[in-house]
Amino acid sequence: MLKSRIFPVLAVVAAIVAIWYVAAVFMNAPVQRDMDKRAGVTSTTWQLVEKTMSQAKPTLPAPHQIAVNFFENTFQRKLTSNRSLVYNGWVTLSSTLAGFAFGTVLGIAIAVGIVHVKSLERSLMPWIIASQTVPILAIAPMVIVVLGAINITGLVPKALISTYLSFFPVTVGMVKGLRSPEAMHLDLMQTYNASLGQTFWKLRVPASVPYLFTSMKVAIAASLVGAIVGELPTGAVAGIGAKLLAGSYYSQTVDMWAALVMGSVLAALLVFSVDIVSRVVNRMMGGRPA
Amino acid sequence: MSMLLRSWQAVAAVILTVLALIRLPMFGDGATTPPGNATLAIVVILALIGAFSALLVSKRQAVAAILFVTAHAGAWLLFSALLGNEGQARAPFFLLIAALWLLAWACVTQLSALRPESREAATLVRLLIPAIFGAWVLILWEAATRGFGIPFILLPPPSAIGARIANSLPVLAADVRQTIFKAVLFGYVVGSGAGFVVAILADRVDFLRRGLLPIGNFVSALPIIGIAPIMVIWFGFDWQSKAAVVIIMTFFPMLVNTVAGLTAAGHMERDLMRTYASNYWQTLFKLRLPAAMPFIFNALKINSTLALIGAIVAEFFGTPIVGMGFRISTEIGRLNLDMVWAEIAVAALAGSVFYGAVALAERATTFWHPSIRGG
Amino acid sequence: MNTVIQADKLNLTFQTNDGPVHALSDIDLAIEKGEFVSLIGPSGCGKTTLLRVIADLEKPTGGTITVNGMTPEEARLKRAYGYVFQAAALFPWRTIADNIALPLEVMGLSGDERRKRISDNLELVDLAGFGKKYPWQLSGGMQQRASIARALAVQPDMLLMDEPFGALDEIVRDHLNEQLLKLWAATQKTVVFVTHSIPEAVFLSTRIVVMSPRPGRVHDVIDCDLGSERPLDIRETPEFLKIAHRVREGLRAGHAYDE
Repeated sequence: MLKSRIFPVLAVVAAIVAIWYVAAVFMNAPVQRDMDKRAGVTSTTWQLVEKTMSQAKPTLPAPHQIAVNFFENTFQRKLTSNRSLVYNGWVTLSSTLAGFAFGTVLGIAIAVGIVHVKSLERSLMPWIIASQTVPILAIAPMVIVVLGAINITGLVPKALISTYLSFFPVTVGMVKGLRSPEAMHLDLMQTYNASLGQTFWKLRVPASVPYLFTSMKVAIAASLVGAIVGELPTGAVAGIGAKLLAGSYYSQTVDMWAALVMGSVLAALLVFSVDIVSRVVNRMMGGRPA
Repeated sequence: MSMLLRSWQAVAAVILTVLALIRLPMFGDGATTPPGNATLAIVVILALIGAFSALLVSKRQAVAAILFVTAHAGAWLLFSALLGNEGQARAPFFLLIAALWLLAWACVTQLSALRPESREAATLVRLLIPAIFGAWVLILWEAATRGFGIPFILLPPPSAIGARIANSLPVLAADVRQTIFKAVLFGYVVGSGAGFVVAILADRVDFLRRGLLPIGNFVSALPIIGIAPIMVIWFGFDWQSKAAVVIIMTFFPMLVNTVAGLTAAGHMERDLMRTYASNYWQTLFKLRLPAAMPFIFNALKINSTLALIGAIVAEFFGTPIVGMGFRISTEIGRLNLDMVWAEIAVAALAGSVFYGAVALAERATTFWHPSIRGG
Repeated sequence: MNTVIQADKLNLTFQTNDGPVHALSDIDLAIEKGEFVSLIGPSGCGKTTLLRVIADLEKPTGGTITVNGMTPEEARLKRAYGYVFQAAALFPWRTIADNIALPLEVMGLSGDERRKRISDNLELVDLAGFGKKYPWQLSGGMQQRASIARALAVQPDMLLMDEPFGALDEIVRDHLNEQLLKLWAATQKTVVFVTHSIPEAVFLSTRIVVMSPRPGRVHDVIDCDLGSERPLDIRETPEFLKIAHRVREGLRAGHAYDE
């Protein structure tokens, strides 16, 4: 079972890496030929191929170049160095987590309000749904600059953007979840003469848990994107986004790819941890393992 | 006593109005054109009429209508009084705005409880409630920025943003043309189309499906937007690099959703096609693709938002001198916050229109689906 | 007489996670042209599996079976039968008429021929005038009638029906049983009908095959000739009750050794 699942994935990954190498040779070759001509060197085809994979600022770095750079900047630098990917990753991660935590709490609170207050639902819900269609991320630079103007810098503005991005999915998912109990179950609670609070804690909350975790997975990924984009405008000196921006100023393509890899690792870790928590909670609540 | 319980918002509004009267005047000494007592008196009377109608009148429609008129007329009068006195407002001004806001809230509460008989009336109420909410977000924003005199570079009032939009239509139109009609639409069509084609391919070749699907799911969670600076290096400053970002961002949601959608057709329906000795393509076009449509449209809707975000953020990394992302980043640099907000408003409008168009197409195509036909 | 379905020592074993399941065991059965044969038995007796083997939706693991003298696969490719499922399985994005057109499109028939067959078959199941409706605008009984029209539109020699009225309420079911009987008399098709209702089987069939579970076997074959005129009242006559009693006995005997 495991073999038949993992083998195709490995095969596709291997194919992608192979295509990557070929693409790296072809995309880097023109620049390399230029450099050779200027230096007055003639190289054989094989030498050319070798050189395309060891340029300092390649158009497309070969996978092993990225891997080496990632390894060096992750494991071989002091954690305080601003070239360390661990340091930069941590800067991004901390604002992601702060924003995600606030966003989730806020999202749940709004969802509870919407489910219980009719006028709140009718006036707020259309806007929340509409705002999902809007490129909210466009306001990120403005939030950073405006808060910077009143001397709020560092983690808070970025976390604010992450909060903003993560509370929408949580609100929508949680409203759906709190509404998910069937009419029959709600009627059952009514026959017990259960209070609003009892129905909420004993029926609505347990029913909403799967929805909450599904939307939290979306929210934490959105949080990370928010934190990275929040690091793009002027001012941010550290973080994955700042690394990307610095890399693009100086065409340090290998650095940029390594930063992207770090971003992907963070995303994978974050989504994976939410998934683990959701499985544990599901198990504790006696759910079937999916 | 029971009368007072009818609407706590109305009771609170009366108390706030009285407090405002005690603490007059409305504006500080620096006010250049303080309003006459007549304006103040009308606002107070409007607030009291609204509040007492909520407490005394029993017919819901009448209460809602009175509250709607008094709250908004009062707010309009207060803003006209504010003209020329920016930054000089004192407590009574904000107390009165708060009182009127409570009346609007009471109005929404009444409207929410209405059970209109005709369909049109129900639709009107359904639209009116969020419209009132949205209007009051703008009113409170306007009151706060102009009343407190918040510096323009922090938060411009909505009226200034509206004026900016009206005065900059050619610039905004050029930005929309560059970002949406070039980068977004091209990238959206190519990215979604490629995702669809690869999904069909993956459906034919099971090995490919089992290899691609976990990777597609994984990549969907990654911050793909980070690829933007690299695309700018590869494809230059013009719209092509932004379209490339959009293609990559929209490809995976379409791939994952289409593959999932192609498994949505039921066993019975598949067996049915088999009894007709239907071939792969006949089954695909007559059964599996129609059944997959709700999933495909889900991807198209997700992608409409992703495409806009991708193009705008990619423009933060460099553009020719036109484009929505370009405008946002340069005007922030010049602290022209009203232009930034104008561009954001346009982006929001464009996003809603784009999404709305996809949603309309979805309604026309998947009219049969229980979620649409409401069964 | 003319045999259309011939099964000899038919076996089918499913490999599941809990070990092999013997769904069909040494089934011998011959069905003649024009017969109405019901397969009846408790759940798990393999009656649906047998029908699916005839339709080439399952492959047997042992024994032989022919349909119209061919393998089931050849018969399926020649569209020898129309299949009616437990549910109507109408495509919600097609109107009733377009649903009936579906198999005809797959067969590549011309537009004129399709239109003719659609109106003929809508008439046959008493749904004329409903062609432009969508399935979800019709009642469950009407949906199932449309699915029968769809099966007949192929103009097959045989109808294979898998508990087609199982999900409908008693009154609608009675009504559809009467209609089906008339349809059968009018078209002279061979019908293989899976059911778990004794009255339904006795009312409709010329022959009843009683099956028993674990492993799925034929327990008894009961001839059932109540004449061609069968009003619903016939279900209270002694002849009817006698056959029904024998079917019940058969079912009970098949059940006995696992309880």
